[in-house]
Amino acid sequence: MNATTTQAAVDHADAPYEVDYLNCKKGIRHWLITVDHKRIGVMYLWSVIASFLLGGVLALLIRAELWGPGETIMGPDTYNRVFTLHGLAMVFLFIIPGIPAAFGNFVLPLMLGAKDVAFPRLNLASFYVYVVGSVMALWAIIAGGVDTGWTFYTPYSTGVSGSVMMMTLAAFVLGFSSIFTGLNFIVTVHKMRAPGMTWDRLPLAVWAFYATAIIQVMATPVLGITLLLLAMERALGVGIFDPQLGGDPVLFQHFFWFYSHPAVYVMILPGMGVMSELITTFARKTIFGYRAIALSSIAIAVISFLVWGHHMFVSGQSAYAGMIFSFLTFLVAIPSAIKVLNWVATLYGGSISLETPMLYAIWFLILFTIGGLTGIFLGTMGTDVHLHDTYFVVAHFHYVMMGGTVMAFFGALHYWWPKMFGRMYNEKLAKIAAWLVFIGFNITFFTQFVLGSRGMPRRYYDYLPEFETLHKISTSGTWFLGVAVLMMIGYLFSSLKKGEKAPANPWGARSLEWSIQSPPIEHNFHEIPTVVEGPYEYPKAGAKA
Amino acid sequence: MASGSEGGFWLPPQGSTAAGGVDGLFDFIYWLNVFFFVLITGAVVYFVMKYKRKSDDQLATSQVGHNTLMEATWTFVPLILVIVIFAWGFRTYLNLTVAPEGAYQVKVTGQKWSWNFTHPDGTVNTGELHVPANRPVKLLLSSRDVIHSFFVPDFRIKQDAVPGRYTTAWFQAKAAGEHQVFCTEYCGKDHSAMLAKVLVLSEEEFDAGKWKVSKPPEGMSVADWGGDLYNKVGCKACHSVDGSKLVGPSFKGLFGREEKIQGQDPVMVDENYLRESIMDPQAKIVEGFAPAMPSYKGQLDDAKIDAIIEYIKTLK
Repeated sequence: MNATTTQAAVDHADAPYEVDYLNCKKGIRHWLITVDHKRIGVMYLWSVIASFLLGGVLALLIRAELWGPGETIMGPDTYNRVFTLHGLAMVFLFIIPGIPAAFGNFVLPLMLGAKDVAFPRLNLASFYVYVVGSVMALWAIIAGGVDTGWTFYTPYSTGVSGSVMMMTLAAFVLGFSSIFTGLNFIVTVHKMRAPGMTWDRLPLAVWAFYATAIIQVMATPVLGITLLLLAMERALGVGIFDPQLGGDPVLFQHFFWFYSHPAVYVMILPGMGVMSELITTFARKTIFGYRAIALSSIAIAVISFLVWGHHMFVSGQSAYAGMIFSFLTFLVAIPSAIKVLNWVATLYGGSISLETPMLYAIWFLILFTIGGLTGIFLGTMGTDVHLHDTYFVVAHFHYVMMGGTVMAFFGALHYWWPKMFGRMYNEKLAKIAAWLVFIGFNITFFTQFVLGSRGMPRRYYDYLPEFETLHKISTSGTWFLGVAVLMMIGYLFSSLKKGEKAPANPWGARSLEWSIQSPPIEHNFHEIPTVVEGPYEYPKAGAKA
Repeated sequence: MASGSEGGFWLPPQGSTAAGGVDGLFDFIYWLNVFFFVLITGAVVYFVMKYKRKSDDQLATSQVGHNTLMEATWTFVPLILVIVIFAWGFRTYLNLTVAPEGAYQVKVTGQKWSWNFTHPDGTVNTGELHVPANRPVKLLLSSRDVIHSFFVPDFRIKQDAVPGRYTTAWFQAKAAGEHQVFCTEYCGKDHSAMLAKVLVLSEEEFDAGKWKVSKPPEGMSVADWGGDLYNKVGCKACHSVDGSKLVGPSFKGLFGREEKIQGQDPVMVDENYLRESIMDPQAKIVEGFAPAMPSYKGQLDDAKIDAIIEYIKTLK
C-alpha cells in the first residue's frame, strides 16, 4: 500500500484485515514485557482510569460528608485523609499522566508516522516506575493515612504522624515516570517524524505534548528535590523548612509551587492539544490560527515557570514580589485566551457534527472559559486576598482541571477508543452520559464559587449553618457525575465484546493515525508514509477536490 | 448586583472601610467575566446551530486559516484589559495591607486550634478580638505551631500566621458589631473549628475598657462561663465532655479521680493539679497520652482558669 499523503484513507472497507497489536502476541507475559507504545499506552489507560475511579469515589465521600454541618458519615481525621487522598490520586496518579501517558503514548508516534517512540524500553520503564510509585502511594494510605493535603505544606507536614514519608517518596518516584515520558516525547518529536512531516505540519496535539514534555523534564526535578529535602527533615531532623530547627516554612511553598504551577500546565496543555483535534475533525475545518495555537503552547510552557508566587499573595511574601507574580500571571493568561478564541473561530463555517467527542469539546470550551475568566479574580491581588483558600479557588481549579482537562480526557477516550480497540460504543448512551456530566459538573462546582466568595474556607470538615443550602446543592450535583461515570464504564466495556467493528477512520479525520486500520498493526505502518500536507486540510464545499 | 454595603448575592456585608474598594474591583471583574462568557458561549452556541451538519457528506463552507487583524485584536484587547485590572488590583492590595500610621496594634497568635489576641496593655483574650469602631487596627500575626491564616470575610482581609516570623494585616471597622473569623490555612484535625469573632465596640465603650474585665457575662454563672471558655479557647479540640478519648483525657468525671502519671506517682485531680496542667501541661502527663498540649500561660487569667475548673467540676 502506498501512503503518500496525510489524507486518511477514505474507505478502508476493502482493505484486508491484518493481525493487530492487540492480537499479535497474546498472553499476559507479552503485555508485561512489551515495548510497543500502543500497548504501553493501553496499560497506562487502565491504570489512570483506575486512579480516576479511586479519586472519584473519594470525591463522592467528601461531598457526602459535607451534606450537612458536623459529622455526617465520617469523623474529622478520616475526612482530612479522604480529601488529601482525593487530591493526591487525582493529581499524581490521574491527571498528570492521564492524557500524555495514555493517549500521548498511543497516538504520538502514529501522528508522526513513526513505528514507535524514540526509546521504547525507557517508555516501559516509565510505566513500571509509575506502578511502583502508585503502589507506594497505596501503601501509604493503608499503612496510616496522610492528612496534609496534596500540597504537603510545612511545618504541618513535618510534624504530623501518619505515613507522610512514604507518600512523599511515592510522589518523588512518580515524578521520574513523568520525566521519562517527557524525555521520550521530546526526542521522538525531534527525530522520528516521517519524511515531509515538517514542524508546521505537526498535529496540534503533538505540539501540546511537546510543550508538556518540556515542562515535565524541567520542573519535575524541582519537586523531587523538594520532597527529598522534606524527607531529610523528617528523617534526619535537618532544619530546612521547620522554624524550630532554624528552617523557613515559606521556602517550602516557593519550592512546591515552582514545580506545581508549571505542573498545572502539564495537566491542561495535553487537553488543549486534544481540543484542536476534536474541533477540527467534527467541524471538518482547517484549524484557525495554527501558528498562534502552536506557539501559545510554547509560550505557556515558558511563562508558566515564572508565576508560582501567585499562590502566595497572603503568605507573607513581599508586596513587590507579589506584584511581579501578579503581572506575569496575567501574561500567561493571554496564550490560553488566544487558544479558546481560535477554537471558537474554527467552528465558523464548519460542518459541525455533535458526536460524543465533540460534545466534550463543547463542554471544554464553555467550562474552561469559566475557569479561565474566574482566574482573573485570583490573579488580581486586591480580590485574591478575600478569595484565597476559599471554595472560590476550589471551584476555579475544578473548572480548569475537570471542566478542561477531564472533559478533554473524556473527549479523547471517545475519540480514540475505536482506534485503540477497534470497536464502536453505543452513541446514544454516550451522549446521555455526556449531558449528565455537564449538568452534574455545573451543579457541583458553580455553587462553590458562591460559597467561596461568601467566605466559606476550603478543607473544612465542618461549616457554619449559613452555608448548608449551597453545600447540599453542590453535593447533589456529584450524584449526576457518579451515574454518568458508571454509565461510561458500562457502555465502553460492553463495546469491547459487543460493539460494532470500527472502520479505519470513523470520524473522517485527516491526521495519520486514521490512515491505518483500527486497531493498528504492531508496527503501525508497513512503510513510513511521506507527508505532503498539513493535518487539517479539509476540503471546502463547492471547491474541486 | 454582586456586592453592596449590606452584602449581595456574591459577597458578605462590608464591615471595614477597605471592603468597598475591594468590592468595586470585584464587580468590575465580575461584569467583564459575564460579558466575555456571554460572547464566547454565545458564539459557540450560534456556530453549532448555524453550521450543524445535516447530511453525512456535507463539507465546510469556509476553510479560512487565519486573519491577522482579528488575531491581533483578540491578543491586544485582552492584554490591555488585564494590565488595567493588574494595576487596579495592586493598588487595592496596598490599601488593604499597608496599615496607616498610629493604628491600634493587636498581636494575634494562632495555635492548634484557637486564636489569641494580645492588646498593647497586656490584656489577652482567646477567641474574641475586641476593637473600637472607626479606628485603624493593625494586626501583628504569628503562630506557635504550624501555619494558620487569619480571615475575616466582612473585612475582605486574610493573612497567613507563620511560626518564627511576624506578618501584618489591618482594618478599620465601620460600626459596632460582630464579625466571623476563620482559619484558612489547613492545620489539622480541628482546622474547621478554629474560629473566632471580631467584636467591634463603639469608641466610648471600647475606651471604657469594661471588656477587659475578666468576669462572666451578665446572667451567666461562673461554671457556665467556664463551659463557654471551654468552647472558645481550644479545650474542646482535645478534651471531650462525654467520656470519649480524644487527644487528651476526657473532662467527664475527671475532678476527684485518681490519674496514673507517666514516670511519677499517681495524683488525685484537684484544683491545683488542673491549674498546673493548664499552665505547665508537660509537668505531669497522664499514662496513655502524648505530651501534646500547649501552655496557656499568659493567655488565661486567674478568673478564667477558676471558671474552667468550676466547669470541669460540674462534669460528673
